[in-house]
Amino acid sequence: MALAAVHELDLDLEAFEGPFDLLLTLLLDEELEPREIDVAGIVLAFVERLAEREEVDLEACGEFLVLVAALLELKARSLFPDEAAELDPLEPEEAAEELARRLAEYRRLREAAAWLAERLSAERGRFFRLGPAPLAPRGERRIAPQPADALARALRVLATPPPNVSLAHMALRFPPVSQFLERFRALLARRRRFDFDSEVEGLSRVEQAVAFLALLELRKSGEVALTQAAPFAPIRVERAPRQRQGGVRPFDDERIPTWTARSA
Amino acid sequence: MDSPLRLIAANPVDRLARTIEALLVVASSPLSVAELAEAADDDAERVETALGLLRERYAEGRSGIVLEQVAGGYAFRASRDAADACARLFERPVERGLSQAALETLAIVAYLGPCSRPEIARIRGVAADSAVASLVERGLIAEAGREIASGGAVRYRTTPLFERVFGLESLAALPRLDDLGSDAGELRERLLEVAAARAS
Repeated sequence: MALAAVHELDLDLEAFEGPFDLLLTLLLDEELEPREIDVAGIVLAFVERLAEREEVDLEACGEFLVLVAALLELKARSLFPDEAAELDPLEPEEAAEELARRLAEYRRLREAAAWLAERLSAERGRFFRLGPAPLAPRGERRIAPQPADALARALRVLATPPPNVSLAHMALRFPPVSQFLERFRALLARRRRFDFDSEVEGLSRVEQAVAFLALLELRKSGEVALTQAAPFAPIRVERAPRQRQGGVRPFDDERIPTWTARSA
Repeated sequence: MDSPLRLIAANPVDRLARTIEALLVVASSPLSVAELAEAADDDAERVETALGLLRERYAEGRSGIVLEQVAGGYAFRASRDAADACARLFERPVERGLSQAALETLAIVAYLGPCSRPEIARIRGVAADSAVASLVERGLIAEAGREIASGGAVRYRTTPLFERVFGLESLAALPRLDDLGSDAGELRERLLEVAAARAS
């Protein structure tokens, strides 16, 4: 009975409308900010609910007090996070003094708000022009009248298509991979093994890179075996023994020329 | 025989008053003496003299137009006699539906500003976000920099429109805060009385 009295309390606050237990759930889930909640509104709703009943339900009152106290603490912490340490050591008299000071400050500002409301009511008959001030722009530069032929000359210059700038110097020229494939195959037909580094010595960096691609291609197709004693040591290339006699050479496969053509 | 032409030398202050009159008719917000002097290309002292003439000419009850000193400047407004007619044609949207929460927030900003939302919330005891947003939208308060400490919260101050809507010459025309409400001593006594009653 007591639980029902508190949890089923219907609230109609500025920030929330619904049963009290849903409000608590939302607060605990941090879906709602405690500082948005008007605790006085909740207390009023509970007191009204109590007044409707003929006898005082002490159990419900006790539970409500605990919940509201917790809610007030949550709200106080969210409103004054930095002042917690400052307020903790206050003596009861000091706390009463501080509370009185704050209440007095609030009361004075409420009076000020009431004064403003009265003033607003008294000034209701004041009508005046309202809007952005139509101030003249300053410092605007005016262009002196120009002769028509000068304008035409300027336009003619702008209308001339710009010269084509050659980008030839930016192009990288790659020799075809197939060129090195043929060269290495011819070499392996004459010799069983050769040293890659001495073979590409004197070529440009780009040519050396393409030659290395050709070497990898030969290794991939199983035509050569590669050995290197240590990183950056010379690469030794050795002709691989044929797997089967009269078989199709790996480079006759249609897949490979497509790849090499694109690479080149 | 033609009568000889009589050249009437217009009083220079009167001529300046006419210029100021024209400037105030065109302006949509109060103009300060300095602004009037710059626009009229005259000195401030003479402008003040001319304004004296105009204030007399446009005093309440003498014309449909009233010259008032408001929001740190001078502006024309409609006379109070014409308020009903004005109300039938125009409205004052700035103050329509101004809630108690908004008025309290406005009072805090007017008296203690520039101040931030956390400061307003501390005084009022509830979050001030919606009240502040409503006042900013109405143009009664505006941002005025940020706090250096506590996360750099935006601070607010009242605008010249606030002074104009409330008919204030400046914020100094607000009543002193110390003259409003009861003092802390009285409240403390009452709190102690309540505590004593509860303890007994």
